[in-house]
Amino acid sequence: MKKVLLANSSALFNAIKENATLYIPVDLEKGRVAYKKYADGMVMSDALKTDRSAKDFFFPQTENLMEFKVDGKNIEVIDTRSENEDFVVFGVRACDVRSLEVLDKVFLAEPVDTYYKNRREHGVIVSMACSRPTETCFCGTFGIDAANPQGDIECYKTADAFYLDAKTEKGKALLEKIAPVLEDADDTAVNEQKAEIKKILDKLPLKDLSAEKFGKDKTDEFFNSPEWKNLSESCLGCGTCTFVCPTCQCYDIKDFKTNTGVQRYRCWDSCMYSDFTKMSAGQPRLTQLERFRQRFMHKLVYFPTNNDGMFSCVGCGRCVSKCPISMNIVKVMKTLGGKE
Amino acid sequence: MTDLREALIPTVCEITDVRSDTPDVKTFRVLTLDGKKPFIHKPGQCAMLSMPGVGEALFSITSSPTNTEYVEFSIKKCGCVTEWIHGAEVGQQITVRGPYGNGFPVETEFKGKDMLFIAGGIGLAPVRSVINYVRDNRANYGKVDIVYGSRSKEDLVHYQEIINEWMTDPSINVHLTIDREQENWDGHVGFVPNFVKEVAEKFDEEKKAKTTAVLCGPPIMIKFTLQGLSEIGFSKEQIYTTLELRMKCAIGKCGRCNVGSKYVCKDGPVFRMDQLDALPDEY
Amino acid sequence: MQKITREMLIEKAAALIAEGKVNRVLGWKNGEFSYDVTPALFESVEEMQKDFVFGDFCGANFSKYLVKEAKKDGAVLVFLKPCDTYSFNQLLTEHRFDREKVYAVGIPCEGMIDVNKIKLSIGDGLLSIASEGDTVKVETLYDGVKELNRNEVLSERCLNCKSKKHVAYDELIGEDGEVIDSNRFDEVEKLEKMSADERFAFWQNELSKCIRCNACRDVCPACTCEKCVFDNPNSGVENKAAANSFEERMFHIIRAFHVAGRCTDCGECSRVCPQHIPLHLLNRKFIKDINSFYGDYQAGEEVGSRAPLVNYTKEDIEPCDAVKGDE
Repeated sequence: MKKVLLANSSALFNAIKENATLYIPVDLEKGRVAYKKYADGMVMSDALKTDRSAKDFFFPQTENLMEFKVDGKNIEVIDTRSENEDFVVFGVRACDVRSLEVLDKVFLAEPVDTYYKNRREHGVIVSMACSRPTETCFCGTFGIDAANPQGDIECYKTADAFYLDAKTEKGKALLEKIAPVLEDADDTAVNEQKAEIKKILDKLPLKDLSAEKFGKDKTDEFFNSPEWKNLSESCLGCGTCTFVCPTCQCYDIKDFKTNTGVQRYRCWDSCMYSDFTKMSAGQPRLTQLERFRQRFMHKLVYFPTNNDGMFSCVGCGRCVSKCPISMNIVKVMKTLGGKE
Repeated sequence: MTDLREALIPTVCEITDVRSDTPDVKTFRVLTLDGKKPFIHKPGQCAMLSMPGVGEALFSITSSPTNTEYVEFSIKKCGCVTEWIHGAEVGQQITVRGPYGNGFPVETEFKGKDMLFIAGGIGLAPVRSVINYVRDNRANYGKVDIVYGSRSKEDLVHYQEIINEWMTDPSINVHLTIDREQENWDGHVGFVPNFVKEVAEKFDEEKKAKTTAVLCGPPIMIKFTLQGLSEIGFSKEQIYTTLELRMKCAIGKCGRCNVGSKYVCKDGPVFRMDQLDALPDEY
Repeated sequence: MQKITREMLIEKAAALIAEGKVNRVLGWKNGEFSYDVTPALFESVEEMQKDFVFGDFCGANFSKYLVKEAKKDGAVLVFLKPCDTYSFNQLLTEHRFDREKVYAVGIPCEGMIDVNKIKLSIGDGLLSIASEGDTVKVETLYDGVKELNRNEVLSERCLNCKSKKHVAYDELIGEDGEVIDSNRFDEVEKLEKMSADERFAFWQNELSKCIRCNACRDVCPACTCEKCVFDNPNSGVENKAAANSFEERMFHIIRAFHVAGRCTDCGECSRVCPQHIPLHLLNRKFIKDINSFYGDYQAGEEVGSRAPLVNYTKEDIEPCDAVKGDE
C-alpha cells in the first residue's frame, strides 16, 4: 500500500502525466462531471460519478475504422489504425471498473476487436472507492463491492491522502514509475474507510434489490411476461439509457463521404431505436415493447446466458437518474419478480 | 498485416462475372485482385460485401466450397447496397470480408442422409451451395430431392444450372414449381409448401426417417412448409433453415441480430428447427 | 390557491370512469424515490390508488402520448397542467389526435421541482423529498433533513412560466390562472447581446455535449412526424452520432427550424436532455423573433390558429428587413 497526501495530489498527477496521458474527473458547470485530460492546476472532482462512464475511453461514441479511396472501378482500403498512446484514467468507480470486464467479454472474444483491444492494452485504470454512494446505486445487486473497486490500481481517498494499491502488473508498473512521489503506508486508514463504506451500503434504499431470479437460461421465464406491456408503455424510444450505460455496446457502422474519399466509422447504436433491426425485408421488433424488452432481457438474461452468469448491468444508476420518463432497470427487475 | 476477421477491415476484390438470373436477381463472381478465392467457406456461410460510400451488407455465399476457382453471390435487388451492386459491371472492385456464421453441418449431421432441399425464390442462394457440395461429394449422401419454386419461370434463380446440370444428373430428383400458370411452362404449378408435401408424402417411412430437409425462403413459405412436413411425420430435428436479420459487424459484437441469446451472425445463420423453436419468436 | 391532491384526482378519475366517459387514465406513477415519477396508463381506480401520484415531480407533458392513446378504443382521461394545454391545442391544430377520444381535466400547477437543482445544492443521497408550502424538506443519506426554499429548486421552465391559464380542457379542477408576463426571453437577450463569435462558441460548447440520444426529439410534442428525417436511412442525414462537429449542430438546428412557429415552449426538450443542453433557448429565440417580426403569437393558444410562418399577410416583414432586424 502506498500513499500520497492530498496536499501533494498535483505532484501525483504530474508524475503520472510524465508517463502517460492522464484523465481525471472534473467538475464542470451545472453539476456536470466529466473526465478531462489533466493539466497543471486541475482539481479532481469529488462527485460520485462522471456523467458519461469510462466506457468512452475504450469504446468511443464514434470512431473511424478505416478509409477508402475510390477511383473509377478501383477501391483502395486505408488502414488508419495506429498504436494507441498510453493513458491513465483516474478515479473510476467500482461499477465502471466492472463495466470494462463486461465490455471485454464482447470485444475481446474471438474474433478480437483490435480497436478496443489496442485501447485496453494501453489504458491503466486507477479506481476509486465510493465513500459517498447515492440513492440510485445498486452495484451490490451484481456482486460489486464499492469498498473494493478493483482496477489496475485500487485507490482510496481519505480526509488527507490518496491510498494506492496495485492490483495488476500494469498497475504495479505505473506505481514503480511514480515511486518518487509515493510514501509507504499501512492499511489502517483504508480499512477504516472500507468499514465506513460498508455501513453506508447497508443504508442504501436499493440495497435489497436482488438479481437472483434473473440470469442464465431464464429466457422462457421472462420473455413472454405480460408486464413488458406496462413497463414499456411510456418509453419514448430515445437512446438515453443506452448511451449513459457503461455496458451498452451495440454499434452501427456507417460510411461518410469526405472531400477526399470515404470514412467508414462506427458509432454507438441503441436497441431502443426503431431502425435498429429494420431491414428492407422486414422488422423483427415492430413496437417499442419488443425493443424495450430486448434491452433488459439482454442485460439480465441473454448476456448471463452467454457469459457464465455475468450480468451486463453494473448498478451504476445512470439510467435511473437520466431516463426522461424515469423508467429503468430497477423498476423492471422489481416488476418482473426481483422484489426484495 | 491486418487480420480480416478481427478488424472489420475488408479485402478489396473484383467482380469478374455478372449473370442476370431473374429480373431482380443477379449472380456475381468475386475474386481477389490476384485472381484467387477471397476465402475458404462452408456451405451456408455468409460474407460482407461493400461499396465504400454506399454501405456494407451481408450475403449468403451461393457457390459451393468445392468450387476451387471462385466464389459467387446471388443477390436480389431490394435496398441501397443491392441496388448499387446490381449496377456494377465486370471489373468493378468491391470489398469483401468473411466468411461468417456456422454453415450447414455437411460433414457431420448431413452425412449418410437422404437430402430434401426446399427453396423459394432467392432462398435458393444458400441452398445451392449445399446442393453443389453434396453433388461434388456424392458418395457421402443418400438420395437427393430438390423442391424449388418461384413466382414465375423467369423468377427461378440459377435456372440454366438447374436444367443443364441438376436435372441431367440421374442421382438427384428436381421438382420445380411456379406460383401461377404461364405460357411455355409445362411443369408443376402451385406454392412450394403444398408441392413439398406432395413430393415428400410419397417417401416411405424408412426414407422419411433418414431424410434431412434444408429449407430456405420467405417466412410465410417456411411457416407453411414446416406445417406440411410435420403433418407427414417429419420431426423438427430433421429440418434445417437459415435466418436473415439486420447485421452490421457479422462477428457477434454490434448487438442487433440476436434471437434471444443467440446471434444469427455467429451462432447461425443455420439453425435446426428444434433449436429455433427453443428461441423466442422474434425473427 | 387550492392545493391539488392525489386524492382529488383519483376521485375525479373514479367518477369519470363510473360515468363511462373514459376507460383509462393517463397519469403519473410513483417510483422508487420521490422524484422518479413515470408517465403511466391506469386502467382502474384500484391501480390508481396503488401507484398514482401527483406532486412536485409530475413535470412530464402528456400531450404527445395522446397521439398514441387516442388510436385505442374508448376515451382516455388526461390531466393537463396549464403549459401542457398549449401542446394539447397545438397537436389538435395539427390534427394529431382525435379530440373526441380524450377527456381533458385541467389542473393548476405551482411549478415543478428540478431534482438536479436539489442535487446541486445538497449533493447526493436524496432519500425523500417533500414540499410544504414554500419549503422543500429533503431527507438525505448523509446530512439528515435539509430544508430548501421551493422557489430555488423550481425547474427553470417553471421559474419562467408563461401561463397559469388553461387554454384547453373539458373541465377544470381548482381555479384557472392568468397568462404571465414572464422573463422567459431574458436569456435569449443575453445570447443576442453576444458577438457572433461568442454566440457561436456558446452553442459550439453546448451542442458538442450532445450524445444524439434523441430524447429531445422523442419527447417534443411538436415532433410528431411518422418518420423523422434523421431516422430515414435514405435521407442522407440519418445518423446516430456525428461524423464531424458540423453534424451535431445540424441536428439541433434543423430540429429548431422544424418546430419554429409550432413550439409552445413547454420546455420538455431541456428537461429530458441527459447532457443538460439548454435546447429550449434555440426554440425561444425563434419565438421571440416571430413575436417581434409578426406581432405576439403563442403557438397552441387557440386550436386552428394560423401560425405567422405559414400565413401570409401584406404587412409581413420583408425577409431582408428581418435579417437586418436581428443584427
